[in-house]
Amino acid sequence: MKIGVYVCHCGGNISEVVNIKEVMAFAEKQGDVVMVKDHAHVCSDVGRNMVIEDIKVQGLDKVVVAACSPQFHGKTFMATVDKAGLNPYVMEMANIREQCSWPHYSLPEMATQKAKDIIHMAIAKVRLDEPLARKTSPIGKRVLVVGAGIAGIQAALDLGDAEFKVYLVEKEASIGGKMVKLARTFPTEDCAACILSPKMADVPANSNIELMTNAEIEEVKGYLGNYDITVLKRPRYVDIDKCTACNDCTDVCPVVVPNEHDEGLTSRKAIYIANPIAVPHAYILDDKSCLGLFPLACTKCFDACEPGAINYDEKPQRLHFTVDTIIVATGYDIFDAREKKVYNFGPAENIITALDMERMIVHEAEGSPIRDIGKRIAFIQCVGSRDEQAGNEYCSRICCMYATKLSQLMKRADPKRDVYVFYTDLRAYGKGFEEYYKRAANTGVKFVRGRVAELFEDPVTKKVLLKAEDTLSRQIIESEFDLVVLSVGMQPGEGTKKIADQLHLIKSPGGFLQEAHPKFRPVDTLTDGVFICGCAQGPKDIPDTVAQASAAAARAIRLMNKGEYEVDPITAIVDEDLCCGCGTCVSVCPYDAIKTEMRADKRVAKVNEILCQGCGSCSAACPSGASQQHWFRTHQLRAMITAALGQEES
Amino acid sequence: MSDAKDFAFTLTGLRIPYFPGCTLKTTAQNFESSAVAAARALGIELVELPRWNCCGTVFSLAADDLIHHVASIRNLIRVQEMNRQGLVDGENRMVTLCSMCYNTMKRANLRVRQNAEDIKKINDLMYREEDYQGNVRVIHFLELLREIGMGKVKRAVKKDLAGLKVAPYYGCMILRPKEASIDDPEAPTVLGEVLRALGTDVVVTPYNKVCCGSYQTVHDKDAVAGLAYDILGHARKSGAEAIATTCPLCAFNLDNRQKEVAEKHPDFEHMPVFYITQLMALAFGVDQGVLRFDQNYVDPVPLLKKHSLLDK
Repeated sequence: MKIGVYVCHCGGNISEVVNIKEVMAFAEKQGDVVMVKDHAHVCSDVGRNMVIEDIKVQGLDKVVVAACSPQFHGKTFMATVDKAGLNPYVMEMANIREQCSWPHYSLPEMATQKAKDIIHMAIAKVRLDEPLARKTSPIGKRVLVVGAGIAGIQAALDLGDAEFKVYLVEKEASIGGKMVKLARTFPTEDCAACILSPKMADVPANSNIELMTNAEIEEVKGYLGNYDITVLKRPRYVDIDKCTACNDCTDVCPVVVPNEHDEGLTSRKAIYIANPIAVPHAYILDDKSCLGLFPLACTKCFDACEPGAINYDEKPQRLHFTVDTIIVATGYDIFDAREKKVYNFGPAENIITALDMERMIVHEAEGSPIRDIGKRIAFIQCVGSRDEQAGNEYCSRICCMYATKLSQLMKRADPKRDVYVFYTDLRAYGKGFEEYYKRAANTGVKFVRGRVAELFEDPVTKKVLLKAEDTLSRQIIESEFDLVVLSVGMQPGEGTKKIADQLHLIKSPGGFLQEAHPKFRPVDTLTDGVFICGCAQGPKDIPDTVAQASAAAARAIRLMNKGEYEVDPITAIVDEDLCCGCGTCVSVCPYDAIKTEMRADKRVAKVNEILCQGCGSCSAACPSGASQQHWFRTHQLRAMITAALGQEES
Repeated sequence: MSDAKDFAFTLTGLRIPYFPGCTLKTTAQNFESSAVAAARALGIELVELPRWNCCGTVFSLAADDLIHHVASIRNLIRVQEMNRQGLVDGENRMVTLCSMCYNTMKRANLRVRQNAEDIKKINDLMYREEDYQGNVRVIHFLELLREIGMGKVKRAVKKDLAGLKVAPYYGCMILRPKEASIDDPEAPTVLGEVLRALGTDVVVTPYNKVCCGSYQTVHDKDAVAGLAYDILGHARKSGAEAIATTCPLCAFNLDNRQKEVAEKHPDFEHMPVFYITQLMALAFGVDQGVLRFDQNYVDPVPLLKKHSLLDK
């Protein structure tokens, strides 16, 4: 056996802490090691060619790269040894950066010792590594997109245009998500509905997209290339194809309830159209508020509908189909301002949320104001964001700019208005944002750095007394406002929580979905074939959401376009002689990859290698040691432990 | 509380160790006399701690502060003794009326219970006392009311206070910090629940937890008067005729400082400030001698007469 060890300096990241010479001298003394070299960047072209040359010329049959985490460059070096004709699985990475030089930068001597131990372990394991064969599996061109806000719409359109079959599932009656409610978009002040509606209209026009509204994912089974989806389609009671959106049904409906599209500031009927630019452009009967459905007591809308589009007998439908990949675009909910009790939201009539404000501006611009906005208006930033008391440590990223937008829209509509924005830090981080903020300040919007302490409603005038500290001038501010707008943050939507459970997706500390790598795999998840985009992944604005949606579509296309994909051979394997069929592994498997089945005379566990993600849970849980994991077999791990303890394998 | 044997026969329920503190024996005797009588009407005997000492007055925030908690802990040793001697009904609890005493002792107790070393040091210092075992619970009278249930409070009402418009005022000592809070620190309701059970019209204002000025009252009367003007003025605008509280310092700042408020604001209308227990005693129909309105700065008698709530 000829093992080559390559120690990387990582441009100082490692070599400034770990004594490379000492580590190399240690590695040279290990059995089977025939060559030890170092390089400033082993991952560079020069570095990798050095490894390839050595394999070819010196006839190395095992390689250890002592550098960064295998999460980071594992794939790089697997490809390197592959290119030199070695099996990718006889290469080991010894992580002496993330697990050594970075955390122990203050203790160079101990770090050097630890680096030796880590390399010692990698050498012990690589001796026992065996070539593993990569398999391929066929894959089709069908994608499920969950959620049809701007993220889901963009992803579906990109995929549809690239001739992939898309199933687009939306729980609301219309697509468009939260964006459809906005007045304008920062920093360009495009009318949100005007830029969104053409995209919404493109969805039904695209023959590759099958749109399901008023529908939710009920069950997901299977794996990459073979996901079995069950969708529950709730009854709409209106035939989309027959409905001409003439409004006759709404005119006669006697039921009046709050209108969700206007955040409850206006009312709608029980039979209604979700919003003026709704897609599908058809009415829906809200069976929770309709008086006459169960039992059928009122048929006013049915009688009024000339095309005969209304069908009270429609039942929920279960739709089944198979897809190859899934894109999750389930979006966000706004923070419930009632939870922030100091701000008195709910009982006080002049304390509203920014989304309320968006709707009020839309109605004001249309010449039919919902209510008087008043002359003195204050925005309070970071409501439910950057607030550990509210349980949300993260910044919601959009609030600074939407407050900048709303405040100057109001100021421009009526220059006599006094508009204040009380902020924690003003984060104008995006392209054109700083300029936009300056423009707002020049318009006369007053930006005050200071978190608002409390709001009090005057019991008689209903005006709001605001108390805050201007932390720049160190003044205590007590001032009365006609209207206070809470700039509420984002939090993961109910749909995001549900789909995370269904697809076994990992969540970040804030509850948003976790990407596979924050920098290099920002729209992948750790489940193969499942991609995330938009605010389901984390708070972001519309440009970032659209960029991410297109990225998710591209990543899905990359996987499906070849018609087959490589399956990682690091999966569980079961020694059927040892297996007693107890099923412990079945219960711990997070991917439903293991089943028990009858074999000759007994029940044994069987691993689906496509579903198996190689997490190792079954191997750890198996009481008889029958379940093992390729590349991490018990004897390999034992050799590493022995090496870590400074002993040689006996 | 010296006549403990006199009402032994009236007991229907709980005998619980009770810590009065200095103020209730001096400027807030009206709080104690009304609370003891109101509790008795609910079947609760507040059994005063023998040989109690200062609660510690203010919870210390100094880094090396253990000595400041000795006074609090010594009182808790009294509670242990009372439980062992069978003077009270088990459970190792101690109730306070004064919000400040509650806060100081609750937090001192929480603090030493988190650290066995602290308890040991304090026990070693007080070597003539028995050791504090660390399992007494400090509770506030309002928590006790919540525990027995507002339904029971309501059933004890003989003459409900219908028509009397009262704004609850919490102050900070029973709400903050969070770990010592008896209620939601941002939106407390417990005083309102009691007042509602008594039949009053409860006036909730967001000023019900705004700072009363606390000890600033000693050297900056004007600042405290300013705060009192805001709090009382807002209550008045919201339709309240009176304030109800459980903190003697809040009561002093809202009640006695009305003198300074009236000097600064000629249009200011005085507003009575009650201890919640005075209103309880009134509603429970006990001997009105315990109300001790002579200790209230703003005389509540005209208001109560207006609502025909006084005997004479």
